[in-house]
Amino acid sequence: MIVEIGHFALVLALCAALAQTIVPAWGARLADPVLMALGQSAALTQLALVAIAFAALVNAHLTSDFSVLNVAENSHSAVPTIYKISGVWGNHEGSMLLWVLTLAIFGALVALFGRSLPRALRANALAVQGLIGVAFLLFILLTSNPFERLAPAPFEGRDLNPILQDPGLAVHPPMLYLGYVGFSIVYSFAAAALIEGRIDAAWARFVRPFALIAWSLLTLGIAAGSFWAYYTLGWGGFWFWDPVENASLMPWLAGTAFVHSVAVMEKRDALKVWTIFLAILAFSFSLLGTFLVRSGVLTSVHAFANDPRRGVFILAILAFFIFGSFALFAWRAPVLKQGGLFAPVSREGALVLNNLLLTTACATVFFGTLYPLALEQLTGEKITVGAPFFNMTCGLLLLGASSVMPIGFSLAWKRGDLLGVIQRLTVAIAAGAVTAVTGAAWLRGGSIVAAIMAGLAIFVIVGSLIEVVTRAWRPGLAPGLALRRAFGLPLSFWGAALAHMGVGMTVLGLAGVGFGAETITTLHRGAPVEVGPYSITLDSVGDRVGPNYRETVAAMTVHSGATVVATIEPARRQFAARQMATTEAGLATIHFGQIYVSIADPTPDGDVPARLYWKPLVTLIWLGGAAMALGGALSLADRRLRFGVAARARAGAVAAAAE
Amino acid sequence: MRWLRLVLLVVFAALAAPSFAVQPDELMKDPALEARARALSAELRCMVCQNQSIDDSDAPLARDIRILIRQRIAEGESNDAVRSYLVSRYGDFILLKPPLKLETLLLWLSAPLTLCAGVAAVLLARRRTPAATQDLSAEEEAQLAALTGEERR
Repeated sequence: MIVEIGHFALVLALCAALAQTIVPAWGARLADPVLMALGQSAALTQLALVAIAFAALVNAHLTSDFSVLNVAENSHSAVPTIYKISGVWGNHEGSMLLWVLTLAIFGALVALFGRSLPRALRANALAVQGLIGVAFLLFILLTSNPFERLAPAPFEGRDLNPILQDPGLAVHPPMLYLGYVGFSIVYSFAAAALIEGRIDAAWARFVRPFALIAWSLLTLGIAAGSFWAYYTLGWGGFWFWDPVENASLMPWLAGTAFVHSVAVMEKRDALKVWTIFLAILAFSFSLLGTFLVRSGVLTSVHAFANDPRRGVFILAILAFFIFGSFALFAWRAPVLKQGGLFAPVSREGALVLNNLLLTTACATVFFGTLYPLALEQLTGEKITVGAPFFNMTCGLLLLGASSVMPIGFSLAWKRGDLLGVIQRLTVAIAAGAVTAVTGAAWLRGGSIVAAIMAGLAIFVIVGSLIEVVTRAWRPGLAPGLALRRAFGLPLSFWGAALAHMGVGMTVLGLAGVGFGAETITTLHRGAPVEVGPYSITLDSVGDRVGPNYRETVAAMTVHSGATVVATIEPARRQFAARQMATTEAGLATIHFGQIYVSIADPTPDGDVPARLYWKPLVTLIWLGGAAMALGGALSLADRRLRFGVAARARAGAVAAAAE
Repeated sequence: MRWLRLVLLVVFAALAAPSFAVQPDELMKDPALEARARALSAELRCMVCQNQSIDDSDAPLARDIRILIRQRIAEGESNDAVRSYLVSRYGDFILLKPPLKLETLLLWLSAPLTLCAGVAAVLLARRRTPAATQDLSAEEEAQLAALTGEERR
């Protein structure tokens, strides 16, 4: 019964989305405030209905209702509760429902917090958001119904894929989706601005918080996914330039460019057309990512052709929203008035350079991901575009963007003094150079790339710190006063500084890979094995039973010299329901680095084949991502950007006048 | 989001019962040769996985190719010879870095071309907008000097 209510709620949500699309847009044409205001109630209704549908599916998974096909295929009664819940989005149908839920949440946010917006702008934006909802709700209802029943119902489910039974899966997809889909709101506002033919700093001020929310969550989502792959897949790789990863990286790159250019627009009223373009681009890449992942086109062109219904449907959605918006852009963008002039050497100029590098990197990922597909379709020839290609092109562009980052951050708006900035950054440049030289000496003839990256990272981190110090302190200023001045700096400035340091941290973590050590060997009990500066001893091998698996655990001790640093327990898990095994890496964090051990099945005489790694600074890769996201959140907390501040301030002023 | 690939990976992992990437018994005695084999296998794609190198993959086919590479290196073949042998057997598909030839020209040029197009667009946009600032006329300079004269001194 609850399942049918969920299905019915989804159909009603489609009706609400239709109303949200048609009525406010029509109202905006007629300049009718009542019709326009209906968009808000429609958006809230849509959210409530999609939430009911989602709750119904969660309930079916929680109660292990195997009469529902989706539950029977992706759950098992013995799975721990957390994986029953995360199993909801661990499959195609459920993840699409989560997608639509996210879309509805963002629409509702505009409905709730958009009071300070011009009415027509809000109505048009809600209408566009509603249209996206219509498309995806139709997609779910027609091709991917999560509420399909199964008769007769099986006694037991087929279990959630063991590799997905991990806390990482509980957080990675929802955050990624919040980020991905968050750009839909930015897109809707861009389309609304184009329809109206008017855009100004107020537009930027309203859109920027949404962009920051989406960007921060996408950053966290990508970092979480990368960390998950790192500890799940058994050899400590964290980024594979896999098409599915690229699908999430493209909106991130376009979104990063957007977050920067919208700042220029808000502060200086410049780069309007370009900002609109990026807004469309960011969500277009989100749609493309959804298509790539959900259509099955990546696994094989043939798998796509065998069951083309879903793929073709998403392709149609993709084509409609991308071509539609770019047509609108080509038609209306010339109407938008340009403002805010600036000299080439200025913060605006530096941000243009940043945008140029980021979008080029984004385009490179795009070509690298789709080129093999296109080539195979056109000529039948199969090629692979893998990590070496992306590292050479995209990696280089992103390192370039990072290296100009501290300089741009220190430049003044409108017209900057490059020489003065470089003088101010002398300490950072020197620190970077010393790090690079020391690193190169340490590696002695090894790859010099790691040393250069380490130097660059230090330059970026110190450069961001210098900018904070310069703003708070002048020679001769008392330390107490400087501290107070530092606390008085706008939160959006602190956010930017922290996010830039986060980039430095990530680059430093990546550089750390070059300084690591690896040992592949068979471990004998009691015989220590060296890996990097540490030695690891196998203590015992034993069996354990988990809730829905059995595991073989190899207990090991990590020594540094004579002192015990950590104990680790890498394991091999056997999942009975699907007859699958997973490798659980043994991890020990030492400062910012990690000992990483993954084992194969022990031999009959109790020896354990293992890969042992020492990965210095590796945690900085994800801590850097967290710092970037936190920077975005800090920026979001800035008074200037809070939703409805103007309205509340006005209300306060009126109240004060009345007293 | 990664589960599509993971599903595949798991399927193959399940086929190869003791699943593991490079295994201790594969290693070559000579560390220099082993380093060459590792470097080479990091450039080669596991044919049945998604964008994974054979060095990282635990699929049986990847293991076979790893062993093949080591045999050929032990027989004294150069890295290039091993690579071209594998390309002749499996096609360009096995190379993680696509070779530069007519079919891949556009791919390799995509980054520089996009960058050039971007720079050109920026320059065009700059030319279309009027000069950022106009210099003051002599008269205005004189006025400014008169107004700010005292402070400047």
